[in-house]
Amino acid sequence: MKLSELGAFELLPMIKRKEVSVEEATVGILNKIKAVDRDIQAYITVTNEHALQRAKEADLRLNEGKPPRPLEGLSVAIKDNICTKGIKTTGASVYLEDFVPPYDATVVRLLEDAGAIIVGKTNLDELAMGSSTESSAMFPTKNPWDLQRVPGGSSGGSAAAVIADEAVFALGSDTGGSIRQPAAFCGIVGLKPTYGLVSRYGLIGYASSMDQIGPMTKNVRDCAMLLNVIARHDPKDAQSYTGEPVDYTQFLIPDINEVIVGVPKEFLNKGLSKSVKDAFMKALNKLEGLGAKVVEVSLPHSDHALAAYYVISSAEASSNLARLDGIRYGYRAAGCEDSASMTAISRGKGFGSEVKRRIVLGTHILSKGNFEKYFNDALKIRSLIFRDFEKIFKECTCLVCPSSPTVAFRIGEKIRDPLEMYLSDVYTVPPNLAGLPGISIPCGFDEEGMPIGLQIITKQFDEATLLQVAYTFEQATDFHKKKPQLQKYDCGSESTRGDRNV
Amino acid sequence: MFEPVIGIEVHAQLKTESKLFCSCSARFGASPNSNTCPVCLGLPGTLPVLNKKAFEYGIRTALAFNCKVAEISGFDRKNYFYPDLPKNYQITQQASPVGVNGYLDVVIDDETRRIRIKRVHLEEDAGKSIHEGGDITGAVFSLEDYNRAGVPLLEIVSEPDIRSPKEAYEYLSMLRRTLLYLGVSDCKMEEGSLRCDVNISVRPKGSDSFGTLVELKNLNSFRAVERSLEYEVKRQSELASENKEIIRETRHWDEEGQTTVGMRRKGLAEDYRFFPDPDLPRLIIGESWIEKVRSDLPELPGERKARFIRDYELPEYDASLLTDTQQLADYFEEAAKEYGHAKTVSNWIMGELLRLMNVTGIGIESVKIRPCDLVAMLKMIDKGTISGKIAKTVFEEMFTQGKSPGDIVKEKGLVQIADEDELTKIVDLVIQDNQKVVEQVKAGKDRAIGFLVGQVMKETKGRANPQMVNELLRQRLAGEN
Repeated sequence: MKLSELGAFELLPMIKRKEVSVEEATVGILNKIKAVDRDIQAYITVTNEHALQRAKEADLRLNEGKPPRPLEGLSVAIKDNICTKGIKTTGASVYLEDFVPPYDATVVRLLEDAGAIIVGKTNLDELAMGSSTESSAMFPTKNPWDLQRVPGGSSGGSAAAVIADEAVFALGSDTGGSIRQPAAFCGIVGLKPTYGLVSRYGLIGYASSMDQIGPMTKNVRDCAMLLNVIARHDPKDAQSYTGEPVDYTQFLIPDINEVIVGVPKEFLNKGLSKSVKDAFMKALNKLEGLGAKVVEVSLPHSDHALAAYYVISSAEASSNLARLDGIRYGYRAAGCEDSASMTAISRGKGFGSEVKRRIVLGTHILSKGNFEKYFNDALKIRSLIFRDFEKIFKECTCLVCPSSPTVAFRIGEKIRDPLEMYLSDVYTVPPNLAGLPGISIPCGFDEEGMPIGLQIITKQFDEATLLQVAYTFEQATDFHKKKPQLQKYDCGSESTRGDRNV
Repeated sequence: MFEPVIGIEVHAQLKTESKLFCSCSARFGASPNSNTCPVCLGLPGTLPVLNKKAFEYGIRTALAFNCKVAEISGFDRKNYFYPDLPKNYQITQQASPVGVNGYLDVVIDDETRRIRIKRVHLEEDAGKSIHEGGDITGAVFSLEDYNRAGVPLLEIVSEPDIRSPKEAYEYLSMLRRTLLYLGVSDCKMEEGSLRCDVNISVRPKGSDSFGTLVELKNLNSFRAVERSLEYEVKRQSELASENKEIIRETRHWDEEGQTTVGMRRKGLAEDYRFFPDPDLPRLIIGESWIEKVRSDLPELPGERKARFIRDYELPEYDASLLTDTQQLADYFEEAAKEYGHAKTVSNWIMGELLRLMNVTGIGIESVKIRPCDLVAMLKMIDKGTISGKIAKTVFEEMFTQGKSPGDIVKEKGLVQIADEDELTKIVDLVIQDNQKVVEQVKAGKDRAIGFLVGQVMKETKGRANPQMVNELLRQRLAGEN
């Protein structure tokens, strides 16, 4: 196994024991990026110098005898809609192509303070709107399992980077499935925490009532480690959870004997592909075999979830993105006659078509007459869905369902059909509407070798149970150990310093 | 006959240390864009966090205006594009303002008028645009100063209960006075910390329908509000009596020409696409918080005035003037309590003190005469140590130098001459020197005696006890007969 292939929980003890220096570990990742990212295109920005500098500082600390920090020397990729001080944060938009934030997102501060090394900023659908990373204004990211396919989205860059060993782990953001769906498409672990558990400060807002930052990792243990660091109350986010921090790694015990798993019957009908359904049924059997009790449950209002989601998220997005006006920062169209036309033309040129579609939709939804018709109705559906879940969690420990109805589709396949694309999030959207945590873990492969994800959902702030069920399943299966074949790009790495065999 | 129907919207900047949703200073007058941060500049990813103090000021004000304080209050976004608005939406309270359904009592010509207050709500202020070479559409370039962006504002909206320009003036004065008593705003119109927009329509007297609404802008003083309303009432009444159309529009007050000028027609109502701000949780205002704020309320101007009339037996006019500011009222009350005879204290404050403050432009907070000094001076008059006339001189000295009256009287030798022998000598001297006048007095021209008194005062540089002089003169002149 190569150094770059190690998960956080394997690499961290080696760094602590000084078997590997932080610099070696970091160089390993940077070399891997150099080797494969020309084809995968997971990164918009690779922070070579910054990372090496930080790595050297970390080694110095350790050599001075300072105690290693919780994520000491672990290379992390950050989705490029999360602000990094002094490092370009583009949101994969022409509008923010040259935007260098003067501040760090709270999660970035927490990660760096915990010793993690930022190796780069990953690609996404423009401003996190999309399910394939194709709407990125920079380039589409390729799925490392099949370069003809999308990695999912919007956190497609982070998912691809993690499975291709271009980072030890990554941060993504999830408003309607943007962590879990690409995690499923790329065969990694992706967690969308309970709304409010992780600070949103510094995350470029898409739909503020649902946006959450979360870990994207090679395994459930790494996920718990990363969550431990980022799940902190933040006075800069008024919606931030005020509870005490929890050590999530203590719940990594493979035991689900007391667990009652609910399966929403509505999720196994139309649109679900056969291979995903098969893998899901096998996963259910596995869970049962591990001691869980499986029961059928109903989410009667889930049919309306996607519609409610697009109404609310577009409305919020239309307002959140109004600040991008060509005046204080970002793209400014030249030669405009006055400030109003400057704003109009800058936005017209700075945004791609998916973003514009949602801004127009959202503006329409909030307009007089429509607000009552669409927005209020969507809020009603939202509370009905919340109640559906509440009812289910009175009898179930958790819910399971596929993370997405299909495996990763081909690049270009759905880009011209937004509605078809939106269906990709049909299973991930309900937890966002209800503010619940959801995780996607690998649960199989289709006949073409594409990964399939299993989504687990629990009640609010019950990430402990979520991780325990996920861990139990993971420990009893081997799906997370499989890697895409990238030897073609791995040439010469034997001799490259920092990517030695371990 | 037509009567005006007037409603007023007041925006008062709150006197908090920091802005409404970030920790930047909310102070006025800093160099452009120095009081800014990523949050109030609306940079991507930044989030608002409510300033609790500002919200508490909102509750405080709502209570002072007799409003019902919301059990659950929240913030909404008002969406519109303008360069001085960093996020291109303003965080305000549309759906659940901190206070609703209050009132403010205003006394006009001894009659109390109750003006209902529709709502009190918090919102953030916008920045300031400077357009070089014209207005926003015609300017060569525009500059933006975002120091003001995010400064907390309290909007206080009256019902259309105001029936005359004078009432509007009195309503605003009382509102301002109340805000100052509450200590929530500086209320400086010249710095923009108090702004008002006025809506006016006219209707036939006795009717309960509403006429076409006209909005007045550029009102930089309460006087301007009153004058512009006087102008509008006349203009609209004339149009209405001639059955001519009144256009629904915004009109600009032209201070120089003392007229209002039409600016733009109010077409379709603007659509601000209000919706609840998802970045800010709803606020559950518990009864205990409200009661705590209520118990911290100061005595408000109306209450204080009533108490002054009741407890100090002051005329309404005095009480009104003395309660204009909290500091002046405190000043009066301290002196009145110590001295006992409140009306005398009131006379000195309203007469001499306010006159001198006016002449010098000094505010009550910088006045050097302490209330106890005023009392000491009044006691010197009572004891006959100084005359009432000399006291005015002493008071002026106290005002400019800040010394105690005793010191001034001593230094300047202003002690009243009340020694009969000493005065008799001077009186005799004056009689001797003014025989012609003496003859006149003796001939029955009693008023001429005033001249002789004046001469004695002149000789003594005003220090003679005037009553004694009068008596002595009469004695001597009578004796000469």
